[in-house]
Amino acid sequence: MGLRLDHRLGRLKGRRERRWSGAGRLDERSRPSRSLLVALVLASLTLITLDYNGGDDSPVESARRVVGEVFGPVETGTATAIRPFTAVPDWFRSRGALNDDVARLEAENSRLRSQAATADYDRNRLQEYDGLTAAADDLGYALVPARVVALGPAQSFSDAVTIDAGSRAGIRPDMTVINNDGLVGRVLRVTSTTATVLLVVDTDSVVGGRVGESMEVGFLHGRGVVGDSGRLDLELVDESEVPAKDDTVVTWGSEDGAPYVAGVPVGRVTSVFSSVRESTQRAVIDPYVDFGSLDLVGVVVPSGTHSDRAVIEADGSLK
Amino acid sequence: MSLMRGVVAALAVSLALVLQVSVFPHLAWQGIVPNLCLLVVVGAALTRGPQFAAVLGFLAGVALDLAPPADHVAGRWALALVVVGYLAGRVRQDVRPTAMAVVATVAASSFVGTSVFAISGLVLRDPALGVPDLLRVILVAVVWDVLLTPFVLPLVMRMFQRLEPARTA
Repeated sequence: MGLRLDHRLGRLKGRRERRWSGAGRLDERSRPSRSLLVALVLASLTLITLDYNGGDDSPVESARRVVGEVFGPVETGTATAIRPFTAVPDWFRSRGALNDDVARLEAENSRLRSQAATADYDRNRLQEYDGLTAAADDLGYALVPARVVALGPAQSFSDAVTIDAGSRAGIRPDMTVINNDGLVGRVLRVTSTTATVLLVVDTDSVVGGRVGESMEVGFLHGRGVVGDSGRLDLELVDESEVPAKDDTVVTWGSEDGAPYVAGVPVGRVTSVFSSVRESTQRAVIDPYVDFGSLDLVGVVVPSGTHSDRAVIEADGSLK
Repeated sequence: MSLMRGVVAALAVSLALVLQVSVFPHLAWQGIVPNLCLLVVVGAALTRGPQFAAVLGFLAGVALDLAPPADHVAGRWALALVVVGYLAGRVRQDVRPTAMAVVATVAASSFVGTSVFAISGLVLRDPALGVPDLLRVILVAVVWDVLLTPFVLPLVMRMFQRLEPARTA
């Protein structure tokens, strides 16, 4: 056995020169089978057709789930293994206790900022008597903390991420995902240990938005660009209202909080333009969340959800 | 031996996939990462020919389509990588696979692969992105893939070469 292996290695070393420079075994290679190519292309097209026409209950969904159960834990493990290395730049900037202080202050800062940003919205809500019940609902939310372990490549032209919490952590499809700064997206599908989150900047994402200043409602569409230039388009329902620059946009909320709970800050208005033909106002929104560097996120779950990890309740306690 | 080859190829594709979604986003430029799965398929094509590469491309594509966090219509990457595997395998019969030729093949494959994916999206209206945005992503992806070629392709090609069943020279 060993002898055979040695022999083979020797042959390979001798052949390496030819591999990069020579003609090799061109004549030996069999002509590629056209029928195989046709079969593979047809298989791909079948898969596309199945998934495209099947919608949410296509047979591909169960395959996705199976593959997700296998790859999810591997992605989580890989992300955990490299986390110390991705944190190295931070470590150089500020070490140990300093680093903790900065993180704590940053968290406090963004909490205060989001409070300030939603002040208009909160005041209006109270005025409309809607406030009391909505605030009570607000208090009913709890968060399951999770980390982003995988990002879809931009080459796939869809902005979705994997987080390391799944159905065992109490997560179900159509739950709101937020972080310190604001709205991140919604849960698309879950496996037992991971969940796929569609970011609000994805072109498929539509979120009901409300301008905090005027309570005007509209729809937020993603533009499909992550990173610093990631923007959302806000299409207002009422053409007579013009949102001002730097107005805050929060979520409008859906029935039973699925897929989006109400009052989560989304972003601020950077510019407004009107389209005469469509007779609507469009505003460009700069999201508060930096989608290029997502890490720790929270999934909004009903209070008292059974989970495999500590759940942050609305009053800040851990359960 | 061919079972062994299949297992190793599947492992290589899985490793490439996990690195692509979990590690490289930290280095990504605007979310664009090197397409390692495509590099493995091209490596297979250059050493093993179009037939093996097309099959491997199909498997790698299905994995890319189904593994989280993928959310596009499944089968699109499968189609793109089958085309890439077949074309890259054919190229080798006309061009001498010098280092330059390998880089050129990777660049062409990356361009064709991402383009096929993007065009299938335009046909299905899956991403509502404009053509300039698509082109920008495709070109940056080509640059990324070419940059990674000297690190990935020699490894992949050596691996497939070693797994070659004994043939009469």
